[in-house]
Amino acid sequence: MNNRAQVLLWGAQRVSAMVLGACVAVHLVTMIYAVRSGLSAAEILGRTQGSPGWFAFYTLFVVAVAIHAPIGLRTIIGETLNWRGRGPDVLAGVIGLGLAAWGLRAVFAVFGGGGA
Amino acid sequence: MNNLQVRIWRGTEEGGFQDFEVPRQESQTVLDVVTYVQRKCDPTLAYRFACRVGVCGSCAMTVNGVSRWTCRTHVSKVAADDRLEIAPLRNLPVVKDLVTDMREFFDKWARARGSFSGSTTRKEAFARVEPQSKERRRVDAGIECIGCGVCYSACDVVSWNRDYLGPAALNRAWTLINDVRDVARAERLAAVAGDAGCHACHTHLSCTERCPKGLSPTAGIAGLKRAVLAATFSGEI
Repeated sequence: MNNRAQVLLWGAQRVSAMVLGACVAVHLVTMIYAVRSGLSAAEILGRTQGSPGWFAFYTLFVVAVAIHAPIGLRTIIGETLNWRGRGPDVLAGVIGLGLAAWGLRAVFAVFGGGGA
Repeated sequence: MNNLQVRIWRGTEEGGFQDFEVPRQESQTVLDVVTYVQRKCDPTLAYRFACRVGVCGSCAMTVNGVSRWTCRTHVSKVAADDRLEIAPLRNLPVVKDLVTDMREFFDKWARARGSFSGSTTRKEAFARVEPQSKERRRVDAGIECIGCGVCYSACDVVSWNRDYLGPAALNRAWTLINDVRDVARAERLAAVAGDAGCHACHTHLSCTERCPKGLSPTAGIAGLKRAVLAATFSGEI
């Protein structure tokens, strides 16, 4: 990977961190609110499914995770295992795609139109 | 006063600590202790020093686990229980005992394009740089580095990533990036970019904490990160 790509990865991780900071705060507040109000899972799903706003919010959340986590993991692999180059780059990419796939599947299930 | 119980690293990369007993004295520095051991206990002990007053930076060692100038470190500040463990700087190959091979450290200054590139000759007038300008103040904040290697020894990222340029080289690059007379800005930004450059820094601040000159390489590295990212988007590099 050339230096330009490495710099862009660094920038992507910083921007995704800012997005995550906001998303995690909103997520925690919403989650605590839902639990304190004594809602059941079925009642929560009844409120979330078909909501375009929450669908967009959690899609953004998942995309930010799928960008942020593998870039950090790539650095951790390099620094702790001294494994650098194409191998960990590909591994990080695969992990990013996996996080995006699983995360978006959950978003569709909870916030999509008809349920999982 | 009690005698000091001193453990000093002997050998190269392979070796071990050797114990010495050194008389405790008023206003004694760690360099005084090392010098006493070499002159009175074991003349084969290798160590480096020159000025003894915090100007040259050549006496840097690891004292009780912390990288320091030994000439400016009073025993009373670091050996409350009259015990000292003195080792060579971290992150550099050991030549012998307390002497490290500094080539890697200075080679990285060269890799970071740490030398000034001007465009004028001695026949032309002096450049006029406003002392209060933003660039000049940034240069002032980092220019007093004397290359002692304490920050390089204190940096965990260097120990995790042997290619990482390190705080001193990046601090030097930052002062040159802000030198309005320098003409190698794009080449220097490219040289310090990426996984082995400024973007590897985790902002642990160990360099800033340990710098005997009170500089903040971390601040300069943060500036480099932003400057390189901007140059990448603008197509400058």
